Amino acid sequence: MNIVVCVKYVPDATADRTFDPADRTVDRVNVPGVLSELDEHAIEAALQLAESGDAEVTALTVGPAGASDAIKKALQMGVDKGVHVTDDAIHGSDAPATSLVLAKALTKLDETSPVDLVLCGMASTDGGMSVVPAMLAERLGRPQVTFAGSLELSDDRGTLTIRRDGEAATETVEATLPAVVSVTDQANEPRYPSFKGIMAAKKKPVETWSLADLGVAASEVGLAVAWSTVESYAQRPPRQKGTVVTDDGDGGRQLVAFLAEQKFV
Amino acid sequence: MTAFELSPEHEEFRQVVREFARAEIAPYAADWDEHHHFPVDTVRAMGKLGLFGLIVPEEYGGAGGDFTSVCVAIEEIGRVDQSLGVTLEAGVGLGIGPILRWGTDEQKRRWLPDLAAGHALAGFGLTEPEAGSDAGATRTRAALEGDQWVINGAKQFITNSGTPITSLVTVTARTGDDEISAIIVPTGTPGFVVEPSYRKLGWHASDTHPLTFDNCRVPADHLLGERGAGFKQFLAALDEGRIALAALAVGLAQGCLDEAVEYASTRSSFGRPIGARQGVAFQIADLKVAVEAGRLLTYKAAAAKDAGRPAAEVKQAAAMAKLFASEAAMAAARTATQVFGGYGFMEEYPVARFYRDAKILEIGEGTSEIQRMLIARGLGLPVE
Ligand SMILES: Cc1cc2nc3c(=O)[nH]c(=O)nc-3n(C[C@H](O)[C@H](O)[C@H](O)COP(=O)(O)OP(=O)(O)OC[C@H]3O[C@@H](n4cnc5c(N)ncnc54)[C@H](O)[C@@H]3O)c2cc1C
Repeated sequence: MNIVVCVKYVPDATADRTFDPADRTVDRVNVPGVLSELDEHAIEAALQLAESGDAEVTALTVGPAGASDAIKKALQMGVDKGVHVTDDAIHGSDAPATSLVLAKALTKLDETSPVDLVLCGMASTDGGMSVVPAMLAERLGRPQVTFAGSLELSDDRGTLTIRRDGEAATETVEATLPAVVSVTDQANEPRYPSFKGIMAAKKKPVETWSLADLGVAASEVGLAVAWSTVESYAQRPPRQKGTVVTDDGDGGRQLVAFLAEQKFV
Repeated sequence: MTAFELSPEHEEFRQVVREFARAEIAPYAADWDEHHHFPVDTVRAMGKLGLFGLIVPEEYGGAGGDFTSVCVAIEEIGRVDQSLGVTLEAGVGLGIGPILRWGTDEQKRRWLPDLAAGHALAGFGLTEPEAGSDAGATRTRAALEGDQWVINGAKQFITNSGTPITSLVTVTARTGDDEISAIIVPTGTPGFVVEPSYRKLGWHASDTHPLTFDNCRVPADHLLGERGAGFKQFLAALDEGRIALAALAVGLAQGCLDEAVEYASTRSSFGRPIGARQGVAFQIADLKVAVEAGRLLTYKAAAAKDAGRPAAEVKQAAAMAKLFASEAAMAAARTATQVFGGYGFMEEYPVARFYRDAKILEIGEGTSEIQRMLIARGLGLPVE
């Protein structure tokens, strides 16, 4: 069985994240990057499926040179090999363009060895749109199952059953493989890379592909063809000082008055 | 002279352990300390991360890594929690180390996989009420009766000997008038009694007990290594343990440095951050130097061990690292507590815990006096 996990290299949320003033895209060069925390859950899901049977797991990323760090972390966690699609023309790509590149890369992988399952995180921690998995499934013409809170393969490994926790109900959804699935942060507890994993990762294969390798024209991707762009951005205003209500017997009333004033009640 | 720069992989591993310690240990350390709670689930999680199995070969479920990687892990855990740091230090250096070095294939197959996975812990019982620094004065006796060793005596201050997952303690015992041997005693063996925990100044969340052996019988094949080799064995085990303990001390000193820098930058007096005063800033500058020097000695000793340098060289390097790093840690705790002023005396602040945890570093695995003695002897001086 062949599992591909799509992972994203995102600016570290604990650093001062910012935009590049030149073109108002997310600054991915001057801010230290990491493998998106949410994607670690997809990797963990893939590794658990692989451990319960025979499977090869590949991590696929589209991103700048530094994004190879995301691949490296995935390999250290236990993924078998990596594919890094990188090309200057990709800079500033939106979700549709990103899904195009991912779809082409997956198709290329599929040609050498059929891909049974594509796993994605539930969202990226920078863009946060959650739409790439759905777009990817559309482009590949495969069933899509999003926001999986648990994953289970049938014995013949032909169908996948997932649990999706919604506000009103918990759904159980079944899909025939090959399929595209996004995994939530409730699905599992991602493992830390072990020392053994770190040493082993050094010897694992990573391929680097350009747009030309995938047959994608530079004009199909990038900021110029993005469906939406950032017009302007501003620093979030510093947090206002909170209001302390001293309870002299009428604390409850004061609280209600405050909430009413803020239009919460 | 050995090269001792850490590899990129060691540094990456350091980041992983640091992240683990930050997320899984730091938030609870004060609570465990206050309640003298040995956090067995966290020890298991450390096992899952592979920390106990670092130097264990892959065939026994370990990572087949080097001693340097163990020091990295101990330093990073010790930076936030000395109790868990020593649990790891003793678990690897004293628990796993001797079995790995002197165990038969059968002993290794039986004990190592669970120890490497952190499912089990082992202790090393050398110290006795009347035999500490002078460990050769061991009074505990073991007599071979048929195909069993019958052990009688007492050990004291034995780390990891009574945790819920302790699987064995290796004890040194006199097997003849002039002969000390090491014997593996599985937990639960009749006659092997783990006495109640000590009330300690520090290392509250670490497990330490007195042990008594009252006609305790174990099979003859539980002898570890050769009969009569016990004295040589524990001296060698201590060399390793000292490097690991030095790493623990570096962790404490670094933890104190982290806290002191943060506090001196935010706490103000007379209208300025206290770190703007030379009286404070210079103390912290000295602390930084001590941390770096201790770290260099520690990883140099670890590198010498990993490179298979001659035993005398490793012994000397280990003693210097242990001596310097533990005294630097004690000084660091004193400085950090002073920087915190009255708050440093309050249990709410990690520096107060570091202060209590620091002193044992100058005592365990050979006191500072013993290290000086070893170093002087290494120089060829006729010190008694
Ligand atoms: C929390 C804790 C955990 C421990 N864990 C373990 C363990 O897991 N296994 C184990 O076997 N032991 C363990 N120990 C024991 C520890 O190694 C001993 O306490 C230590 O070696 C000192 O021995 P002692 O306490 O008998 O002191 P002593 O040997 O009585 O020393 C008393 C003082 O005399 C000094 N002194 C002694 N001889 C000389 C000399 N020749 N020259 C100069 N000065 C000298 C010492 O430096 C010290 O200052 C632990 C101890 C503690 C407190």
